[in-house]
Amino acid sequence: MRNRWRKIKDHGATLIAAGTAVLVIAPLLAIFAYLVMRGIGSINWAFFTQTPKPVGEPGGGMGNAILGSAIILGIGSLIGVPLGIGSGIYLAEYGRGKMANTIRFTTDVLNGVPSIVIGIAAYAMVVVTQKHFSALAGGVALGIMMVPTITRTTEEILLMVPGSVREAALGLGIPRWRSTLSITLRTASAGVITGVMLAFARIAGETAPLLFTAFGNQFWSTNPNQPMAALPLQIYVYAISPFDEWHRQAWAGALVLVALIVAAVTVVRFVTSRGVLKGAT
Amino acid sequence: MTSNSMASPEPAGGKPGRREFNMPSLMPSVSTRPQGSAQPAGRRRVTLIRPKAGKAPDAIFHYLMLACGLSVLAVIGFILFELIRSSQLSIHQFGLKFFTSSAWDPVSGDFGALPFIFGTLVSSLLALVIAVPLSIGVAVFTTEMCPRFLRTPISYMVELLAAIPSVIYGLWAIFVLAPFLREYLEPWLERYFGWTGLFTGPAYGFGMLAAGIILAIMIVPIISSITREVLVAVPRNQREAALALGATRWEMIRMAVLRNARAGMLGAIILGLGRALGETMAVTMVIGNRAEIAKSLFAPGYTMASVIANEFSEATGDLYLSSLIEIGLALLLLTLIVNALAQLLVWSITRGTPARTNAQ
Repeated sequence: MRNRWRKIKDHGATLIAAGTAVLVIAPLLAIFAYLVMRGIGSINWAFFTQTPKPVGEPGGGMGNAILGSAIILGIGSLIGVPLGIGSGIYLAEYGRGKMANTIRFTTDVLNGVPSIVIGIAAYAMVVVTQKHFSALAGGVALGIMMVPTITRTTEEILLMVPGSVREAALGLGIPRWRSTLSITLRTASAGVITGVMLAFARIAGETAPLLFTAFGNQFWSTNPNQPMAALPLQIYVYAISPFDEWHRQAWAGALVLVALIVAAVTVVRFVTSRGVLKGAT
Repeated sequence: MTSNSMASPEPAGGKPGRREFNMPSLMPSVSTRPQGSAQPAGRRRVTLIRPKAGKAPDAIFHYLMLACGLSVLAVIGFILFELIRSSQLSIHQFGLKFFTSSAWDPVSGDFGALPFIFGTLVSSLLALVIAVPLSIGVAVFTTEMCPRFLRTPISYMVELLAAIPSVIYGLWAIFVLAPFLREYLEPWLERYFGWTGLFTGPAYGFGMLAAGIILAIMIVPIISSITREVLVAVPRNQREAALALGATRWEMIRMAVLRNARAGMLGAIILGLGRALGETMAVTMVIGNRAEIAKSLFAPGYTMASVIANEFSEATGDLYLSSLIEIGLALLLLTLIVNALAQLLVWSITRGTPARTNAQ
C-alpha cells in the first residue's frame, strides 16, 4: 500500500513537471503565433523602404527605423566588441590575482545593471555633453551592454583552448601577443563570434536605454550626432498609440525584429553544437 | 596595479612561473609550416617573428588588454558617480523622506518614491511567485525526467523565451494578455478569491497582475537555465546512492538532487528577482502607470524603472530630473545588492565557474 502511494507520487511529480514545461512554452508559442498572424499582413516592400506616415494616412513603413537600428547597433558593436574581446583575453590569458577577480566580479555586476540605468549613464555621458539626443548616445548605451556577455564568453572559450597549443606557439619563438592573437584567439574564433552574436541578439531589441539617448525620429537620418529612429523604439511608440494602423505596423516591426533575433540565436546554437574550437578539441 | 613589474622590459629569464620565452637572437626568424590542428589555415610559409623582437610589444599588448578589462570598472564607477552627483539636488531637498513619501507632483515640485518602490517590489515578487515553481519544474523536467529526444527542443524553446525583447513582450501583453485577463482571468479570480482583498475592483486588464505575469514569463528562462546548471552539478553518485536505497525517481530528485542544489537554486531565484526589478519596457506597457499604492492586484501601479522610462525625457526642471535620477540610483543599488547576493550563492555551488545570466 505504502509502495503504491510512493509510485503514485512519483508519477504525479513527473506529470506536474511536464505540465510546467507546457505552461512555460505555451506563451512562447502564443507570442510567435500572434506575431505572425498580426504582423505578416503589414509586411510589404513599403514597410522596409518608407518612413512613417502621419496619423490617418494608410501605408508608410519603418525603413528609417530599420536603418537607424542598424547604425546604432553598428556604433554599439564598434564600442562593445573590441572592449569585450580585449577584456576577455585579459581574463583568460593574464587573469590571475586580485585585479582579474575584481574585473570578473565587476563584469557580472555590469551584466545585472538595469538597462534603463545604463540609459541614464549614456545620457549623462553623451547627451548632456552634446546638449541634444543622438544616435551616438544610443550606441554608447548599447555598446556598454554588450561588454559583459562578450567578455565572459570570450574568457570561457579561450580557457578551453588547450595549454599545449599556447606552449607550441611560444616554443616556436612567437611573441606572446602574437601567439594570443594569431593562435589562441584564432582557434577560439567560432566561440568568440558566438559570444558576439549572443550579445548582439541581446541588445538588438533593447528599448529602454534608447528612450532618452537615440530618442527616435520620424524621418530618414544617417547622422550619428542627431536623434535617430530605432526599430524597438518605433514598435514601442506605435504599440502604446491609440491608432489601429499604427498597431498593425507595430506587429509587423515586431515580427521583423524577432525574426532577426531568432535567426541569430539559432545560428549561434547551430555553431556551438558543432564545437566552438577549430580543430583543437 | 598588481602588475607594475611588467612596466619595464624585464631582464632575460623573467619571473619564475610566468610563461615567458626568450629566443636567442641568433635565430633570424622562424618559418613555421602549419602542422596539426593548432594552425589549420593556409599552406604558405608564415614568418611569425622578427629578429630581436623585444618585450615591449608584449608589455603593450598586456596593458592594452588590461585597459579593456579596466574599462568595465570605469563604466561602473562612472555610472555610480554620475547617479550620485546628479541626484544631489533631490537628496538634499527631500532626504530620507523621499523614500517614504508618496507625493509625485511635478507642478509643485514635491517628489516621493514610495509608490514606485512599492510597484517594483510587488510586481517583482508577484513574478517570482508565479515563475519559481514553473522554472524549477521545467529545470527538473529537462534534467531528470524528460525523454532524451525532448531535452534539446525544450531547452531551445526556453532559450528563445529569453531572446525575445522586452518591448515585444509588452506589445503582446497589451493586445493579447491584458484583454484575456480582463475578460476571463480577473473575473474568475474575483469570484473565487475576491475575499482575500487582492483581487477586487474593476478589471481593467492593465495593472499590477498583468505586470507580474509578463515579468514571470520573462524571468522563467533565467531561473530555469541556472537551476539546470546547478542540478547538473549535483554529483552523479548522490543520485545513484538514493536509487540504490530503493527511492523512486521523485524521491531521488527530492532527497538527493533538490536538497543538494538548494543554495544554487536560491541564487538562481535571486538572479531572476534582480532581472525583474530592473525590467522596464514590458512592465511600463501594461502596469497602468499610476503612482498609487493599492492592495488589489487589479489596480494600476507604477514601477521605478517605468517612471524613469516615461518621464525622463520630458522632465522639466532640475529637481524633477534629479528626483528621477535618485530613483535610478535607488534602483541600481537595489539590483546590485540582489545580484551580488545571487552571484555569491551560485558561485558557491558551481565553484568558480561563472553563472550564465544571458540568453543561453
